[in-house]
Amino acid sequence: MTTDHFTHAVPPGNRRGRRGGSRRTCAALALGTATAVLLAACGGAGGGGGGGEEVDAEFNEGESSVVNPSDQTGGTLRYAIASDFDSPDPGNTYYAFSWNFSRYYARTLLTYTGEPGEAGTELQPDLAEALPEANEDSTEWTVRLKRGLKYEDGSEITAPDVKYAIARSNFGDQALPNGPKYFRDLLADSEDYEGPYADGADPLEGFDGIETPDDHTLVFHLNKSFAEFPYVLIQPQTAPVPPEADRGVQYQNRVVSSGPYEFDGDYRPGVSLNLVRNDQWDASTDPTRPALPDRIEVQLGVDQNEIDQRLVNGELDVDLGGTGVGPAMKGTLITDEAERASVDNPQSNTLRYVNINTVLEPLDDLACRQAVMYAADRDALQRAWGGDTGGDIATQIMPAALPGADPSIDPYPSQDNRGDLDMARQKLEECGQPDGFSTSIGVRADRPTEVSTAEALQQALARVGIRTQIKQYPSDTYTNTQAGSPDFVHENGLGLTVYGWAPDWASGYGFMSKILDGDAIRDAGNANISELDDEQINAWFDEVVTLEDPDERAEIYTRIDRRAMEQAAILPAVFERTVLYRPANLTNVYYHVGYSMYDYMPLGTTREE
Amino acid sequence: MDAPESSRHADPEAAAAEGADAASRSLRQIAWQRFRRDRVGMAGGVVVLLLILVALFAPLLASWFGDPPNEFHQDLIDPLTGGVLRDPDGPSTELDPWGGISSEHLLGVEPVNGRDLFSRIVYGARTSLLVATVATLVCVVIGTGLGVVAGYFGGWVDVLISRAMDIFLAFPLLLFAIALVGVIPDGAFGLSGNNLRIGVLVFIIGFFNWPYIGRIVRGQTLTLKEREFVEASRSLGAGSAHIVFREILPNLVTPVLVYSTLLIPTNILFEAALSFLGVGINPPMATWGGMLDNALRFYTTSPHFVIIPGLAIFVTVLAFNLFGDGLRDAFDPRSSD
Repeated sequence: MTTDHFTHAVPPGNRRGRRGGSRRTCAALALGTATAVLLAACGGAGGGGGGGEEVDAEFNEGESSVVNPSDQTGGTLRYAIASDFDSPDPGNTYYAFSWNFSRYYARTLLTYTGEPGEAGTELQPDLAEALPEANEDSTEWTVRLKRGLKYEDGSEITAPDVKYAIARSNFGDQALPNGPKYFRDLLADSEDYEGPYADGADPLEGFDGIETPDDHTLVFHLNKSFAEFPYVLIQPQTAPVPPEADRGVQYQNRVVSSGPYEFDGDYRPGVSLNLVRNDQWDASTDPTRPALPDRIEVQLGVDQNEIDQRLVNGELDVDLGGTGVGPAMKGTLITDEAERASVDNPQSNTLRYVNINTVLEPLDDLACRQAVMYAADRDALQRAWGGDTGGDIATQIMPAALPGADPSIDPYPSQDNRGDLDMARQKLEECGQPDGFSTSIGVRADRPTEVSTAEALQQALARVGIRTQIKQYPSDTYTNTQAGSPDFVHENGLGLTVYGWAPDWASGYGFMSKILDGDAIRDAGNANISELDDEQINAWFDEVVTLEDPDERAEIYTRIDRRAMEQAAILPAVFERTVLYRPANLTNVYYHVGYSMYDYMPLGTTREE
Repeated sequence: MDAPESSRHADPEAAAAEGADAASRSLRQIAWQRFRRDRVGMAGGVVVLLLILVALFAPLLASWFGDPPNEFHQDLIDPLTGGVLRDPDGPSTELDPWGGISSEHLLGVEPVNGRDLFSRIVYGARTSLLVATVATLVCVVIGTGLGVVAGYFGGWVDVLISRAMDIFLAFPLLLFAIALVGVIPDGAFGLSGNNLRIGVLVFIIGFFNWPYIGRIVRGQTLTLKEREFVEASRSLGAGSAHIVFREILPNLVTPVLVYSTLLIPTNILFEAALSFLGVGINPPMATWGGMLDNALRFYTTSPHFVIIPGLAIFVTVLAFNLFGDGLRDAFDPRSSD
């Protein structure tokens, strides 16, 4: 997933630009920000207010442990977000916060373990009885459902409903557009299946990739070995949908709940979504959801500065987006000693980096790319991202929380991370450009930190004669039609492109396959923007999905990471850190590395109504 | 830059009909006398003149009083907050809300990169004035041309052009600009990078703001063509071309001059708005709107960074408006003397 503020990426269904995304325009964002700042300036940005209470926690405690543990039930948990869901329909969403939040009302086959730190990347069964069993070559996976699982209306959750949910979110021209399409890419015997919305008496006719021998068993047939298939089963797309309740895209208005909460009235886009307890949910079948509050309210489209102010004043419990406070409040919080204990500053799984195109001249020459790597000033790049609270300097590609990440990978070391100009000049000689060369840096115009990154890189490269021109593009088309289109990149000479990436799931494959595998290069919505097509790396990606042992896979991910760094396809800048505010009344708060935000399931409140 | 150019246009008038010549010359003298007594207008005019000089001599000023506009000074910056340190040599991380204003950096430095604000403001004046003036010229050329045609010929030509003006004025200009900048490929029209961006900005602003001038010119032409000297000319057998170029246009110089002076500040704001939205000039080239956009992230830690480009825009727009108002009052015979 690319890291649009809150999003995962361009949905793979969007790859060839067939479907419209669900992005906000830069104008709306920028104008919103401007108004916001004015409003907040009027209200005063002082800390204090409800935050004046004693906080029994330390700075960033939520990254490594559960803060304010409690089993107190009741009360209302209040969420707000500056934007909106792409859709609350579990079959039609790709935003990380939405995957996290939808678990309140949509149980999936598997889910992440609810633990802080790296333990959170491990999987556990949710609807499933146990983790899935694979056949010898990982092409056939069997999942058995627990008995006695019920929807909010008391009817039983069955395996065909899960199969139906996967069909509607992945197959056919009318498939729900927002989510990724891993099932379509992986399931065998389903190439001609046109989805449940096509004409026909039986909506599942021709969908033979999933067998349901009985009401509690699902057998997935894959078209290739894929050892990481369990990660695909944590997607909200595996939450059951009763076919008779499905209204296509409109199903989002009233999702039929399988979890501890159900919709209280319709979802109102841009306004609100409210949840109340679902009395048909059985806690004994559910290890991951304490379900403490009685009621959950989400306000949509609230200005970011207002959200931050209300969080600090105790008038709001969680910023649903999970990307941290806005820049103005961030400045206040990290300089205010009194508020520090209420602040978490965890490292997310988001890598901020610069693609170095491997096709455009003269960057098609490895030595020229390495010259860029040596000349870059990583300290300045980190400053552009907000210094130590903005992110940690990255010398490898995989974020530390992913198995196989190896911080010792650092092929281009330099004094104080300021760049090694002698080596850069030597590499320029080697690639036949002793006086440097010219190229362009592509950047999203409405991302001030990315623009700063481009400016810092431009200054650093100029030191060895690499002349660059910065070209700005709107972020709502950047990932799909500008940086995401190899043709556009070539025509506009975008040798360098500022980008961000977060994993679809917490593994090396989930993180790196889309940005480094030569087979992942697309005409539009391309994420392998450097167009790295390295035989060795491609072969490793093919091999790694056949390996059953996670440790063996981790070892290969380390090799891919090192090789990609040596090939100088990606100039990593920082592993981003977010600044999250943790209100005093919020219980069981910790940062979940799988979602790169607080885990929403255990949250409760001790606030008196 | 605009004023001398336009007054040269007035020269043909001097060679034209003697009566009109004498009258307008004395009008101009009267106007100048009035304008000199208008202190506010004069002050505006002086500031405008200064701004033009600043823009012309930006590299010189920057080298005398500052550093190159794109040079980083990160030793002055606290890496954690990106704010400017009060004491960059000491261990304290206390921030200076005035952004390190000193003899080396007259207006301080910007957060994060530590680029010299004085240089960036001075270079930003170049961008702002260049785009705004050239765009205004485009407005004047299109607006005067079509306005005169509509007013002089009347009938269906007038209807057509007047409706076109309504349409252009109703156009959602900002949204259109955002969309257009996004789709024009680099290298279009033989331009690339910021030359292309400046060209596109000039085109958009100029091409969509001409009706403001056009309406005024049309109205003036409607009254002018009924005046005695035009009737006289016509009765002597002068053709339309002669009447338009020799009789009417010279008499439009004054209102066009006045209203284009008032259009420049609007266009400065428009350029700033587009740069603020990130569809204006590409970084690292300094623009006031771009600086303001960048500054909003730091308004809690480095308020000076918001205030300084904001003031630059404010002062410039105010000066042009006061100057333009002064001109209008001076030339308008109905204004009290």
